Amino acid sequence: MRQISLALLMVLFLPALATGASKDTKLTLVAYSTPKEAYGQLISAFQKTGAGNGVSFSQSYGASGEQSRAVAAGLDADIVAFSLEPDITSLVQKKLVSPSWNKDRYRGMVTRSVVVFVVRDGNPKKLKTWADLVKPGVQVITPNPFTSGGARWNVMAAYGGALRAGKTPKQAVDYLGKLWKNVIAQPTSAREGLTAFLNGRGDVFLAYENEAIFAQKKGQPVQFVIPKATILIENPIAVTSTSKDKTQANAFLKFLRTPSAQKIFAQNGYRPVVKSAARGFNFPVRPQLFTIKYVGGWAKVEKKFFDPRSGVMAKIQGSSGG
Amino acid sequence: MAANADALPAAPGARRSLAPGLSVGLTTLYLSVIVLLPLAALSWKAHGWQAVTNPQATAALRLTLGISLVVALVNAVAGTAIAWTLVRDRFVGQGVVNALVDLPFALPTIVAGLTLLTLFGPRSPVNVDVSLTRWGLLLSLLFVTLPFVVRTVQPVLFELDREMEDAAASLGAGRVATFLRIILPSILPAILSGVALAFARAVGEFGAVVLISGNIPFKTEVASLYIFGRIESGDQGGAAAASVVILGISFGLLLAIGAMRRWVTRHDR
Repeated sequence: MRQISLALLMVLFLPALATGASKDTKLTLVAYSTPKEAYGQLISAFQKTGAGNGVSFSQSYGASGEQSRAVAAGLDADIVAFSLEPDITSLVQKKLVSPSWNKDRYRGMVTRSVVVFVVRDGNPKKLKTWADLVKPGVQVITPNPFTSGGARWNVMAAYGGALRAGKTPKQAVDYLGKLWKNVIAQPTSAREGLTAFLNGRGDVFLAYENEAIFAQKKGQPVQFVIPKATILIENPIAVTSTSKDKTQANAFLKFLRTPSAQKIFAQNGYRPVVKSAARGFNFPVRPQLFTIKYVGGWAKVEKKFFDPRSGVMAKIQGSSGG
Repeated sequence: MAANADALPAAPGARRSLAPGLSVGLTTLYLSVIVLLPLAALSWKAHGWQAVTNPQATAALRLTLGISLVVALVNAVAGTAIAWTLVRDRFVGQGVVNALVDLPFALPTIVAGLTLLTLFGPRSPVNVDVSLTRWGLLLSLLFVTLPFVVRTVQPVLFELDREMEDAAASLGAGRVATFLRIILPSILPAILSGVALAFARAVGEFGAVVLISGNIPFKTEVASLYIFGRIESGDQGGAAAASVVILGISFGLLLAIGAMRRWVTRHDR
């Protein structure tokens, strides 16, 4: 009897012995929902590497802001990946992420994209520039910037697009007001917006390039236009300061920035942050592309545009009823 | 919910419970943990009345309460009619219809919203487009609240003494008079219970309405979506304040419906 149990013990512990130094660890990834498929593929790829051997993952996906608040409220996380930087900044303020999280050569970013116009097949209304969107009769769909953090990229793309067209900041704010008069629906999230658009509503849906590629891959009868002036979306990722397995978590982040991992992101419609990985994919360059810095940086933008009480967007929405 | 429990009010000579203290204590404890504690925490967090008094918020609150009342009233009529058909008529496929009534409960509400959008949106196969309008809002709320009145009225109707109706008929009462004077008074408390439940559900509904309503401020933005927006933009105090206001108003209306039900019950016997 004793021999049997000893043998059993041996069997149980052998795999652990075999993997040697890298003990079995489990990393919790808390991320926003759109890159779910990409992360699924990336995790299996990581587990095939030396650093990822024996590392298992528990994954949680949801709206970016919601996920950030969940972590702030105590949800266990080793790695956080969000749609926009402010969702990480709020965790830095709560001391859950180190203030130096973005001090690497990618400034803490792991993927990129651009804001595009998703239009009906053949672009029947010939929508090419931001100015086209405020023409009478054009119906625009965008997620609500107060419920979808990602929709804030759309607002800033429109605002910066107006600046690029030679408008003053004040005129650019007026432009946003005009644009919002053409907005016929403001669903709570990007996927909901896509659903509404695919069901026949609206002439143009403001979205990220990766979402548009996703829709095309699913065989939807849409195409997308990248306006000459648009914003470069950058999605951040960080290891939490509460993580008990920082070594493995950092190894995963390092892996995500390798060309082969970045290629997986590119296959899923994201623009890679590692340039060489973009080879072989069609990610058109736009001369008037700008980043969030061009419109003031997130800290300023959050306050000026998205303060629920006094922000520009709160005023625009509050006035649309007359 | 509590609404059902006091549909049967204690009769004047009700038997006293053996250990009233214990049962009351347990009930209070349970209600405190499940309902009162979270609500108290909510009120505690509420601050920033600007979130409730600004025009966009008042529009959303008014729309929500108004449309929920309409939904509750439509349900009172339609739900009673369905319950009547299910209890009093015999037809092929009755079991299936009976089961269908509960389906809106089983469906995740976002799926319900999607289904309604496909059916009554711009690509409607029946050529009815109510998306981005208040009609769409009404439709989606009617869909998710359908079972309440049906399920509260059905058992009462089933237990109803047919002899009373026969007696009324033999005394010369027409069908309408029999319904109004004999049947309706007996099932009215149950209808009101169902109405209260449907109203409460409509006030809080989120998933089913968002796709079809388009979430347009001042037009189709309901309170739940407005509150969600507040939370998403980091204004949790304002979200809690708006929730407290809508809960307060709903509570008042539910109390009124409860009072009405008790009044009806008392004057019927």
